[in-house]
Amino acid sequence: MTFLTSKAESNAKPASETAGGFRFADYLQRFGTLGIFLVLVVVASLWSDAFLTKINILNVLRQVASGAGIMAVGMLFVILTRGIDLSVGSIAALGSVLTGYFCTISGFGIAMTTFLVILSGAACGLVTGAFVAYLRLPSFVMSLAMMAVARGLSLIISDGRPITLGDQGAAFTNFGSGHWFGMPQPVILMFAVFIVGGIVLNFTRFGRVITAIGSNEEAVRLSGIAVPRYVLAVYVISGALAAVAGIISSSRTGVGSSQVGVAAELNVIAAVVIGGASLMGGRGGVINTLLGALVMGIIANIMNLAGVPGYHQQVYMGAIIVVAMLLQYGSGSLKT
Amino acid sequence: MTELAKLVAISKSFGGVRALVEADFDVKAGEVHALLGENGAGKSTLMRVLSGEMIPNDGEIHLGGERVELRDPRDARARGIAVIHQELALAPDLSVAENIFLGELPGVIGWKDLNRRARQLIERLGFDIDPKRIVGSLAVAHQQIVEIAKALSRDVRIIVFDEPTAVLSTQDAERLHEIIKGLRANGVGVVYISHRLEEVFRISDRVTVMKDGQVVGTVATRDVTIDKVIRMMVGRSLAAMFPDKGERKIGAVRLEASKLNAGRMVRDVSFSLRAGEVVGLGGLVGSGRTEVARAIFGADPLDSGTILLDGKPLHARSPRDAVKAGIGLVPEDRKQHGVVLDKPIRINVTMARLAEVVNGLGFLKSAKESGLVGDLARSLKLKAESIDAPVSSLSGGNQQKVVLAKWFHAGGDVIILDEPTRGVDVGAKSEIYGLVNKLAEANKAVLVISSEHQELFGLCDRVLVMGEGELRGELRPESYSEENLLSMAMTGRLTETHEGMPS
Repeated sequence: MTFLTSKAESNAKPASETAGGFRFADYLQRFGTLGIFLVLVVVASLWSDAFLTKINILNVLRQVASGAGIMAVGMLFVILTRGIDLSVGSIAALGSVLTGYFCTISGFGIAMTTFLVILSGAACGLVTGAFVAYLRLPSFVMSLAMMAVARGLSLIISDGRPITLGDQGAAFTNFGSGHWFGMPQPVILMFAVFIVGGIVLNFTRFGRVITAIGSNEEAVRLSGIAVPRYVLAVYVISGALAAVAGIISSSRTGVGSSQVGVAAELNVIAAVVIGGASLMGGRGGVINTLLGALVMGIIANIMNLAGVPGYHQQVYMGAIIVVAMLLQYGSGSLKT
Repeated sequence: MTELAKLVAISKSFGGVRALVEADFDVKAGEVHALLGENGAGKSTLMRVLSGEMIPNDGEIHLGGERVELRDPRDARARGIAVIHQELALAPDLSVAENIFLGELPGVIGWKDLNRRARQLIERLGFDIDPKRIVGSLAVAHQQIVEIAKALSRDVRIIVFDEPTAVLSTQDAERLHEIIKGLRANGVGVVYISHRLEEVFRISDRVTVMKDGQVVGTVATRDVTIDKVIRMMVGRSLAAMFPDKGERKIGAVRLEASKLNAGRMVRDVSFSLRAGEVVGLGGLVGSGRTEVARAIFGADPLDSGTILLDGKPLHARSPRDAVKAGIGLVPEDRKQHGVVLDKPIRINVTMARLAEVVNGLGFLKSAKESGLVGDLARSLKLKAESIDAPVSSLSGGNQQKVVLAKWFHAGGDVIILDEPTRGVDVGAKSEIYGLVNKLAEANKAVLVISSEHQELFGLCDRVLVMGEGELRGELRPESYSEENLLSMAMTGRLTETHEGMPS
């Protein structure tokens, strides 16, 4: 850029060296997740001929869409502000139960049901966010409390039993199993959420401010920005997207169940972190988060294809997350 | 009197900075030896060497006539050297007795005995504090007593007090002085660091003055006057690196603060800033300068007082309110408070007025932003690869320019700069002075807080002087001198030769 004094003229040599170091770290940050993703795809296709088939790929995508995928966007926003939201799995369960409840018992239409379910998820996020943003309670503890409350509410509303969507919920089950252009509709919805999330994060004031808050909240506050409003908003978004995940789950299975999303928060956090986001806030991107979610999906898929028993899968999953993290953070720490 | 400790030709460097240069210092039994100097003169570093917290690069330490090496604070403590730090080193959640005997608690604690011994120690100091009380619940003065009791719990020959009265009321300070006199009578050597010259003259036997890491001299207190000591503390002259102030066109009052109170460090502070004027806020570190700035900016709550901005009352409950009203703050701690270090210059510069680069839907107008930030970068002579480079890749001076650019972009009418040239090299300093001038030329009211007195004199149309949370007075250019500033900060009056000058 011509209007700035060139680096060669700068008398601050150590500074320009740091700049070089940053570029190296940036490179690893940007492509580390992609590397893990590609390695997994290659390994999986060598392992099993069944992996790189259209049916299997669509299956992975559908699982990601109704699992960690959509929630990962909300979680990314929360983590960018240096927070954490442990309540997403429970809110998804509440969303699933409410989907069944509103369309079969209350008899609402698909639009009304969807609206109310998302509103409920957002309300849960609003409560968490209000305590975190305005009363400055730790997000870990506050969202842990919301995790218990939302799960409890889903049990109360459903009386602990699955609510079958039946004919009134046909619109949902059609969406759950329907395709557009050969792509499952929930997967299209997931991509849409990621695209919107990416636009918000990169091209709007909101995205810029939440990322800056995670890097240095006090500097942002001292620039005259109403930090609490933004912090509140990320929890509302996370809650709303968790409710959407609940709707998708009901749509796929045809029941509203309080057992949806047990331990999902861990998968969601793992997806975001494998995506290279920093739990210390301020760093992370949408594309890498999507790759992180896909990595999680592929790992589960490989183990299914390889016939690893369900109970064993959890142990391997944990081990593989550690390896993925080592690749991410281990390579990142090379710069120091 | 026997010599307890003697430091000979102690030198200590941090990187390229020489914090101590062949400093000599000694402590005798039964004396109070005051250690004076401006902030950064090397007093604390020298005491860290004595207490084993820091190992000098060069020099000798003699204790009781014998040459020793102090490897760590435990080593020094075992030899009877204790330090009462300004920031008390107590565990706030433990009881008084636990704190006093921390570090030598037995595996199985006999509470009765422990509490009894703690009570005895505290009573010896003339206080009555329940040993079972949790330390965090005590007043600061009593916490300090606990700290002293802790020092006395073991055989102690030298006690260093690092600005002990800075946090105390006058009455508590008197009681502390009684304790110090008692220690002296018992043959303990007391080192006393304080910025309150009057109390130093009241209780000390000898005074050592430090400056720029060197010992200027050690004198018997009764042989000198306060003014002489102040002259020993100052006397450096900076190169003429200040731009010509020119004829500043000073206009109407922009900001009027009256009777501001905020916490302990801002007490009844009143002053006004006029358009096109650069006003300095001087005084020692910890005198409440930063707190005044933060209170006006809404970063800390104001207990009472009124602020008028262009004649209209301002109630800034948050920095957001202040920024909206047109106030900008360049904070003291650049990396923690001034910039978002790992984010690009572009993001930092536009943060205080995003509305300018955002459309109605909240989308960023990237091209417009690039243009604005680029223009500012050029006019501030920012040295960077591009406006998308992270601020962390810049030198200290250029980081500071990013903070200044932020407030240029925000376009407020009142700018407060807190230590604007800290950690900035000489060349960039001069450029920043030029930018301060530019702010004044643009008819803004500028308040500059600085510990570098020459900086205040070089930049400001007048200098307000603070001491212990109060505004002690105002210096006009005709009475600008370090002696006057220090004297006003410490005693509230000018040095004798200038008595009667306008204030």
